[in-house]
Amino acid sequence: MSESVLLALNIGWGTTLAIKTVVVLAFIPAAALILGYTFLLKMMSHMQSRLGPMDPGGFHGWFQLVGDGIKFMQKEDLMPAEADRRVFALAPAVIVISTFLVFVVIPAGPRIVVQPLDVGVFYALAVSSLSVIGVLMAGWASANKYALLGALRAAAQLIAYELPLVLAVVGVVVQAGTMNLQGIVLAQQGGHIFGWGGIGNPYILTQFVGFGLFMVASQAELTQPPFDMPVAESELVAGYMVEYTGFRFLFFFIGEFGTAFAFAALAATLFLGGWAIPGVHGTTADVLGPIVLFAKVMFVAFLMFWARFTYPRFREDQLQALAWKWLIPIALVNILATGVLKVWVK
Amino acid sequence: MPLRAVCCLEKGPAYTPPKPLYKACSEPRVTEFYRQYLAVAVFVVAALLMVAAMLGVGRLLRPTLPQEDKYLTYESGSDPLPLFGQANVRYYIYALLFVVFDVEAVFIFPWAVGAESLGWYGLTEMLVFIAVLLLGLAYVWRKGLLKWA
Repeated sequence: MSESVLLALNIGWGTTLAIKTVVVLAFIPAAALILGYTFLLKMMSHMQSRLGPMDPGGFHGWFQLVGDGIKFMQKEDLMPAEADRRVFALAPAVIVISTFLVFVVIPAGPRIVVQPLDVGVFYALAVSSLSVIGVLMAGWASANKYALLGALRAAAQLIAYELPLVLAVVGVVVQAGTMNLQGIVLAQQGGHIFGWGGIGNPYILTQFVGFGLFMVASQAELTQPPFDMPVAESELVAGYMVEYTGFRFLFFFIGEFGTAFAFAALAATLFLGGWAIPGVHGTTADVLGPIVLFAKVMFVAFLMFWARFTYPRFREDQLQALAWKWLIPIALVNILATGVLKVWVK
Repeated sequence: MPLRAVCCLEKGPAYTPPKPLYKACSEPRVTEFYRQYLAVAVFVVAALLMVAAMLGVGRLLRPTLPQEDKYLTYESGSDPLPLFGQANVRYYIYALLFVVFDVEAVFIFPWAVGAESLGWYGLTEMLVFIAVLLLGLAYVWRKGLLKWA
């Protein structure tokens, strides 16, 4: 019978899958909380001089997140009388599913990955865009004008930025010759910079255009400022989330920040070398890999949230023009340039 | 044995499996293929279970004090008006554009994986393909469909 090896223990694939599922299940809300605490509460408070989140509990407002949790627990579960009840209840689940599925393919070590699918990147981008359906469901089922407007804006935005996101990755796939994320990490680890293989070849050096496109497009996919027309608090209250309370609202939070973590992990894996450490292989890499990946994820997330807290909101027409008139043509030209270099120079 | 036959039909005799990332299994590849995607199915179920569990715990903890006004549609405090039912046609145009341009990804990715082995032949093909796409984008642009009117 087949068996896979997890940290020197010989156990069946079913048990392995169960363990991996439980670990990821516990990790995703934790990841959302880490990003929410570090960046949304602390970094934003420092950058924008917000006093509220720095107050509870004394030192640096450490109690704020716990307090928020207690608040969510005490919230009544309200569903508007006009709402389409089943769709309303299912929408947050669709968003959580979309977030969970991205984590299936992200590798954190040579053997620390749930399932290294051969269509890795393609799969990750495909399932991450499933959240559009959840957003539309939430907006439509709420039977609320703010929610509907927000959902339609979100749908238009998510599909417009889906294209540059997918096209930005093609350059990496051309260079690595595989869509398997594990393969992409190994290709970077084994790469050379003009014949020097000291740190491998992180693709940010050759695919800096792709990295830029990916960061901008993922910011838009996360509907974070400056691309937050769909949730625009000052005009749409909170867009498609306006009728959700308590835990149901919390699922949107987990979805948003969990996906932010997933996109940061994808960017770190595709462009910054993922879990790889120069000269480290085997079990040592399995132990150190997750730490290295986490450090890179926090760095990429820092860049994302830095932009989020700095720039004002785009107008809807500017937002669409940026995607269609700038990002997509640049991405297509980048693909061609990478292809020519790949075939010509090897 | 029928499983193995399907596997051979799909992959062809010249197929060389990718570098194994973990211990190879002795069973037919078709089973392994489905097993890989079993993880995806398990994750869907796990996500649903987590949502259900959290809502279940929430039900035990939260208060429930029903009042009729709480279930009104939120409209910044004023009495809600009937919901309009039609979306703006601009979104429809963008959805159409998206379908046209997103299908290209299906064609670009297989080339991207095999760019090196396909060489100049594949590159020329892709050059023509992307040139046509860019022409299409230029046409749409010229027609004024990208303008938010």
